Amino acid sequence: METKLTSKQMLNELLDRHYKTALEAKAEGKPVAWATSICPQELLETLDIDVVYPENHAAAIGARKCAPEFIEQAEGKGYSSDICSYARVNMGYTDIRHSEAGDIPMPDLIFCCTNICNTVLKWYENLAKNLRIPLIMFDMPFNHTYEVPDHSIAYMRGQIEHAIVELEKFAKKKFDYDKFGEIMEISNQTCEWWKKATDLAKAKPSPLNGFDMFNYMAMIVCMRGKKEGREIFKLWYEELKEKAENGIGPWKDQEEKYRIMWDGIACWPHLSVTYKLLKKYGVNMVTSTYPESWNVRYEKNDINGMARAYSSNYANRNLDYDEQNVTKLVDDFSLDGIVFHNNRSCKLMDFRTFEVQRRVERSTGIPSVIFDGDQTDPRIFSEAQYETRIQALIEMMENNKLAGRNQR
Amino acid sequence: MTEVKKLIDRLEEAALNPAKTISESMKQTRKKAIGCFPIYTPEEIVYAAGYLPVGMWGGKTDISLADRYLQRFCCSIMRTNLELGMKGTYNLLRAVIIPTFCDTLKCVCENWKVAVPQVPVIPIVYPQNRLLDAGFRYMIDEFERVRKILEELKGSAITEEDLKQAFALYEKYRKTMRNFVEVVKDYPVTVNARTRHLIIKAGYFMDKKIYTEIIRSLIDALKKMPPEKFDGVKIVATGLIGEPIELLDIFAENNVAVVADDFAQESRQFRTPARRKGSPLEKMAYRVVDQRGCTFLYEEQKTKGSMLVDMVKKNNAQAVAVVMMKFCDPEEFDYPIIKEEIEAAGIPLLYLEIDLQMDSFEQIRTRVQSFAEMLC
Repeated sequence: METKLTSKQMLNELLDRHYKTALEAKAEGKPVAWATSICPQELLETLDIDVVYPENHAAAIGARKCAPEFIEQAEGKGYSSDICSYARVNMGYTDIRHSEAGDIPMPDLIFCCTNICNTVLKWYENLAKNLRIPLIMFDMPFNHTYEVPDHSIAYMRGQIEHAIVELEKFAKKKFDYDKFGEIMEISNQTCEWWKKATDLAKAKPSPLNGFDMFNYMAMIVCMRGKKEGREIFKLWYEELKEKAENGIGPWKDQEEKYRIMWDGIACWPHLSVTYKLLKKYGVNMVTSTYPESWNVRYEKNDINGMARAYSSNYANRNLDYDEQNVTKLVDDFSLDGIVFHNNRSCKLMDFRTFEVQRRVERSTGIPSVIFDGDQTDPRIFSEAQYETRIQALIEMMENNKLAGRNQR
Repeated sequence: MTEVKKLIDRLEEAALNPAKTISESMKQTRKKAIGCFPIYTPEEIVYAAGYLPVGMWGGKTDISLADRYLQRFCCSIMRTNLELGMKGTYNLLRAVIIPTFCDTLKCVCENWKVAVPQVPVIPIVYPQNRLLDAGFRYMIDEFERVRKILEELKGSAITEEDLKQAFALYEKYRKTMRNFVEVVKDYPVTVNARTRHLIIKAGYFMDKKIYTEIIRSLIDALKKMPPEKFDGVKIVATGLIGEPIELLDIFAENNVAVVADDFAQESRQFRTPARRKGSPLEKMAYRVVDQRGCTFLYEEQKTKGSMLVDMVKKNNAQAVAVVMMKFCDPEEFDYPIIKEEIEAAGIPLLYLEIDLQMDSFEQIRTRVQSFAEMLC
């Protein structure tokens, strides 16, 4: 008899299978695409093109402490140590092509969407040029207005229509619009379960330890358009719901004393250090801006809606949205504080951090700290600095608690 | 004093004193000024609206206020612009136009709204998929949006005729500049690297009509002189900007002449001529469509490297100098690609990392010196 897997077991199994399938597809001569993390994967899924995500792969390499080899390779080619370390790791990987953290097949197609940053535009442009393979670029204009303007949607729709024609040529088959509809439906449901699961962290104590969310993020990147993706997030939701209903917190051996938001991506090479220090003091990271970033929702068969949804993520919106979004997280998740990761790789986040911090402190009264780190380059993070900042945050949160200030 | 020297002195003076030049231009033309951030802005619409478009490519200043918004690992042009904005230096501007060509520009555009509230910002987004019809239409929509904002600012309509005239003037300016960079190749002593840069830069602070006339006079005056003998090193230079000025002094000291450039602040602004057909806004958009080899405009084929190789050959240059603005991600991403192509063509490459606030040039001096010696 088959025993039911937990979502965590399923996560590991699916991730293994995801890479294995792509490697096998490549070995069989089937085309493989490399894509950015919040791209309209529905188009690729409809055409049965296997996709791997360099950001996921670079994060895995970083977490396994294997990044320096690839970073060194890229820097040797002339890549500045100031550019995104995911890009440097991935560029290094295109030369070395093997990592103990796991391998991915080399791509036949590059699929890029600028809603997460302009950095991917340059990074993926270079990939296509170096590997001499076609590139499909989705340019999602930065929303300096609060909402996505209509003319941006028209532009993005035009790009989706163009991409379909290009993909048909690439895959040598007709685009099946019925299947497209089904994939859209699955993708929306996957995102819905992802959001519902991560929303359960609103419970006090939170059944979710936010560093687990970082692990599940790999799934929401690569499994959005797949039934297994929908299943895993539904299962995760059910597990967390049960925990929440029984008042079970994030840890067996530690109580949740403070609830914080972690702004920015994880510091993968120092994941354990950053996590353990927080846990030691009972600080649980209950949310970040990421649950909402992959809550890509729209009506089935509504291409305009799809364009709007993909253009609406946190990184592609203006400061007023950022402020409102984080303020809402503070209220909804009853946060006591915020940790901002001043991630050297991500200028788009960094150069708004100071202003977001000021505004959110003003609107909510909760304390926050900023620490220096990087998503995959291990050289930037300093444990001593991190510890000092976290201790300062705890002191401020504790003072608030004692004084009964800004409690939610 | 010769005519050439008089004209060059005037332009150098204008470029070295932006604040003074801008206020004089405002007085002279009775126009209010609008600041135009790098890399491209629809200056023709600004001009058609009766404003004086002025360039905002940073400068040298101590940074303290901008630290409230931007970390130290941010491009020094943007840090300077924000600093000067917060200090009130730009209070004479009616507005600034900030395009969102890179992640830093997006953030600066957002921060400007709160950091420099007294100078309104007009954001503009250029489409990266500019070769698609949808991208072209988007660009026109963005131009129309900026036009509307400027109409509200000035309180009256910008007519098609206004746009037509402004576009014609800009085309004349661009043609003159293309002519200028060709002609000065014969005068690398009189118009050395420093002078060449300052002459081009002066155009950012003057009315384009007046400036274009001066450049025409300068070209005419130069052409009366016999071509100059030059035994130094001829290079093609690329990067965001050819500054700080000390860098160009070092070029001049070492007899290094810039015979062609791909600087965003210089030739990228004028090297692409307009198409003949279309409304003024369409012609403006086609210029962006037709632009190649620019770091900030998506190009699947990435032709910058081969373009630089061609420029070296066409201009009988001996080398390429990459003047890298520190923390400029897009340019930093292009570098390994162009490096490989330039080296594959057997062309020597000099890489110089700069930022606007740097004050020690000894390392650069040594590198330029040994590079020049190697090529002589």
